[in-house]
Amino acid sequence: MRRARVIEPWLREPLERFLGETGARLALLMTPAGQVLAQYGFVRAVDVMAAAALGAGIAASTGELARMLEERSFRALNHQSPRHGIFLAQFDSPRGALLALVVYGPDSSIGLVQLFFEELVGDLAQAAPPASRDAPALAADFERDLNGSLATLFR
Amino acid sequence: MTAHLVRILDRVTRVRGVRGAMLVAAEDGLVIAESLMEGVRGNALAALAAALAGRLGRAAAATGVGSATFVHLEAARGALLLVPAGQGVLLVTITDAGVNLGLARLEMLRAVAEVA
Repeated sequence: MRRARVIEPWLREPLERFLGETGARLALLMTPAGQVLAQYGFVRAVDVMAAAALGAGIAASTGELARMLEERSFRALNHQSPRHGIFLAQFDSPRGALLALVVYGPDSSIGLVQLFFEELVGDLAQAAPPASRDAPALAADFERDLNGSLATLFR
Repeated sequence: MTAHLVRILDRVTRVRGVRGAMLVAAEDGLVIAESLMEGVRGNALAALAAALAGRLGRAAAATGVGSATFVHLEAARGALLLVPAGQGVLLVTITDAGVNLGLARLEMLRAVAEVA
């Protein structure tokens, strides 16, 4: 069983199903701003923060490139190396746009990740609780939330 | 190029009971060319068949019997047939239960020879 760390419980089942089907080694679900909602496989908080920041930065850069090319957006980005592949995709959920960053090894493939990513998006759409009105993001709340989130992700 | 590959696949799909054939990048699980009946999800078939072939390949290597040259997965309503086509490419065929497996296999091997 691949046990994910999640900030919000509704993310757990769809993400763990995705991890089980694809054999992904690392995964992050986050907002386009880089706020992490769930993670799997990362050992240190600093690695999660770095990966989230880099993933969000890449998504923002490619989104801007898409706008220059008069595309709506790039759907997904895949980097392949001999040992690992990195899949980064933005998708809509009932809780707004989210980003998924997935690292997979030679025991998986981009075909599997793409296939089950489609199912993950559908599962998340079904699992999401009704939208609630977000409280204003005050600086003090933000720092407290960030610390709380990191504590949850590495509990 | 793709049209040429689809023509090769059409030889396999002409066999009665064959529901589709496709060439798949074995490492990536992505479709290279396909000739499928309606209702067959090509991308899902490609990804899962490549994953299956990879695992069977590792199992074959572990048991010391060498690499698989033909895989036949029989199911209740049909079969999945896999043949390595060289250069990291896999020929994948999906059939109904009543297919002439010998003929399907023969056409797959002929198709692989043309691809390689």
